[in-house]
Amino acid sequence: MVKEIRLPLTPETARLLRAGDEVGISGTIYAARDVACRRLAELIRSGERLPVDLHDQVIFFAGPTPVPPGRACGAVGPTTSKRMDPYTPELLEAGVRGMIGKGPRSPEVVSSIRRFRAVYFVATGGAAALLSTFVTRCEVFAWPELGPEAIWRLALEAFPAFVAIDIEGGDIFTEGRKGYSSNC
Amino acid sequence: MILRNIELASITDKIAELALEANVRLRPDVLASLKAALSVEESPMGRRVLEQLIENAKIALESALPICQDTGIVTVYVKLGRDARIEGDLFESVQEGVRRAYLEGYLRKSIIRHPALGVENTGDNTPAAVEIEMVDGDSVDLTVMPKGGGSENVSSLKMLPVSGGLTAIEGFVLEVAAGSAAACPPLILGVGIGGNFADVAGSAKRALLRRIDDRNKEPRLADLEERLLKRVNGLGIGPAGLGGRVTALAVKVEERSCHIACLPVAVSVSCHALRSASGTVVPSSTVVP
Repeated sequence: MVKEIRLPLTPETARLLRAGDEVGISGTIYAARDVACRRLAELIRSGERLPVDLHDQVIFFAGPTPVPPGRACGAVGPTTSKRMDPYTPELLEAGVRGMIGKGPRSPEVVSSIRRFRAVYFVATGGAAALLSTFVTRCEVFAWPELGPEAIWRLALEAFPAFVAIDIEGGDIFTEGRKGYSSNC
Repeated sequence: MILRNIELASITDKIAELALEANVRLRPDVLASLKAALSVEESPMGRRVLEQLIENAKIALESALPICQDTGIVTVYVKLGRDARIEGDLFESVQEGVRRAYLEGYLRKSIIRHPALGVENTGDNTPAAVEIEMVDGDSVDLTVMPKGGGSENVSSLKMLPVSGGLTAIEGFVLEVAAGSAAACPPLILGVGIGGNFADVAGSAKRALLRRIDDRNKEPRLADLEERLLKRVNGLGIGPAGLGGRVTALAVKVEERSCHIACLPVAVSVSCHALRSASGTVVPSSTVVP
């Protein structure tokens, strides 16, 4: 059964999610990748004003393709989350409640997620044409000079994802393999 | 000798066409392999991911959207006929084709000029890497291969001890595969063995151009490919790394002669969105010198 989630991601909603759940995410999210996440973390560290209030927000580690005429959004999908691991504890401390990306996270990030009662979702990488059909609006929100690395604001409607790491630190990347790996 | 003229503009046009095609149309052999994987995969999440990938290929083609938002860094393989005559800058005509596809095709521009400093996007996804090989004939065969950053990042090269032999080679391939959960499995692994430090990575990447369902002409290597595929799929990483039976769709091995003291091995990891498109430019006129 698909769990429907409406953003912002409140602690009450986060509490109901478990690693392995299939979800449909609706509402506004911010897409940011390497450079934008690094800049956000730097601003947090120096106590400067952020371009967006991160409280209970979900950050999508992604850099979409340019929007072709007549479409709500270009192709969009998750990039490798691991590259954002160095910035993640600070982002979570600043109020980020959820992240969407792909691939496993470091043990430090898993413990940060547990500490801040946050959720890490994964969307299917390399399915960007399909995923774009769940985006109803898409615009560059901040730092346009970064090109593909700018912060984008996206409106999602039932965007398909899985809960990969839950508030208790349950992690699909360690649990999911059980039963499928063989010693060879 | 009769030489035949190849127009540079035709090369540019063909490259632009192939770059767009590669990004939007999943290779038929890859799509067929994903469909076959669906009948093998037992994990419910793994099956869901495979279904999404098959649906994605259909939507991408129908709406001319890229299969993946990471439209990659481009490698262009040129097979230049010995009897073809080209006037002008072949390299630049290829770059112009890539530039046109990425600017006019709404593809993402992911190339920076100064990686050491992490600055300055080139703005048009050039330069592409260009490999030129001389072949018989009077035409030019072109293959355009865009490859995403995530799967490049987990690719690896190692100078193995000669004493390690096949055991070391297999161990290294398994080690690379085990670290590839974020690289969008099911993977296709191109494995280069031999040659030298500089060209073994090229062999590994070129191996990805082989059809998924072909069989290595060398029976020894065909066996190695099958054994590696089985072992990689025994890792349990599964589609999207969420656990499952299908971690790789194929392993392709290319071997080259090598120094007696060396055993270079490279693994070029491709995500399931293995993208390439090929075409030919034929001469427009004949030149009799």
